[in-house]
Amino acid sequence: MELGQKIENGMEGRTGIRNEMQMSFDAISENEAFARLAVSAFVMPLNPTVEEISDIKTAVSEAVTNAIIHGYDEEYRQENDRETKKVQLHCRIEKDMLYIQVKDTGKGIEDIAKAMEPLFTTRPELERSGMGFAFMEAFMDRLEVVSEPGCGTVVLMEKRLRMAEEADEL
Amino acid sequence: MENNYSENFKVIDNYLMVRMPEEVDHHKSGYISRTADDYIMKEGVGNVVFDFEDTRFMDSSGIGIIIGRYKKISYFGGKVFAINTDTRIKRTLMICGLHKVIEIME
Ligand SMILES: Nc1ncnc2c1ncn2[C@@H]1O[C@H](COP(=O)(O)OP(=O)(O)OP(=O)(O)O)[C@@H](O)[C@H]1O
Ligand SMILES: [Mg+2]
Repeated sequence: MELGQKIENGMEGRTGIRNEMQMSFDAISENEAFARLAVSAFVMPLNPTVEEISDIKTAVSEAVTNAIIHGYDEEYRQENDRETKKVQLHCRIEKDMLYIQVKDTGKGIEDIAKAMEPLFTTRPELERSGMGFAFMEAFMDRLEVVSEPGCGTVVLMEKRLRMAEEADEL
Repeated sequence: MENNYSENFKVIDNYLMVRMPEEVDHHKSGYISRTADDYIMKEGVGNVVFDFEDTRFMDSSGIGIIIGRYKKISYFGGKVFAINTDTRIKRTLMICGLHKVIEIME
């Protein structure tokens, strides 16, 4: 009976999937690729399309890169050399929804609306193009930014993934 | 990695050919931009071709590389090309409106 139940759940596919993961890593550029890979491995059970994986990887890369280069910029590092500079990544799957949260405890954003405008950047000298938030918005279904100068920034993103059945039909 | 990567830069006539890595992100972008600029300065090339044949991932850092080189060479009338772009990279470039200033080829 129990085994039968398990098999049935397994066959039923992804409708019952609920999963969560959380990690914290040093704010160094080596970890940008690591964060992207971790999230794409995490969403694999949802059987995402290649396109969806690319969208998610890009969005995660943008948020994590922002934490590293803006949240913990040189100025912050000089003033807070004893603090640990960590990026926190929190992902949750619920049915066909993916929720991602990227958090830093760095310098924060003064004007969030301005920061989210396409092509707006405070670091043109680092060849930043001001497209990070625009990509997160384009590739995910929902984007929310919560930030407080001096405290840090939290980026929340959501994406609905097509059900495996739908993807198979194509 | 960084040492081997220099073989991905080649000068042919007046063109600098840059073979982009599998993943173009912030971790790689500084090195690519610096090396490309070395070639542009030392060899005096007028045009830059970014070859995305091997590239499977690119975020906004790649946009920064392209716009940065475009600003440098367009001042002297040079052109920037992006070749072997898959649909994903093409879409990423077009969201930024880059198709208006550079030549994108599949
Ligand atoms: N985690 C963060 N902490 C502090 N400031 C941030 C953070 N994320 C973004 N910002 C601010 O918002 C601006 C816009 O971010 P966005 O990612 O859109 O562009 P960018 O990082 O400047 O350029 P690109 O992402 O194209 O390389 C940044 O220039 C920075 O001033
Ligand atoms: Mg950014």
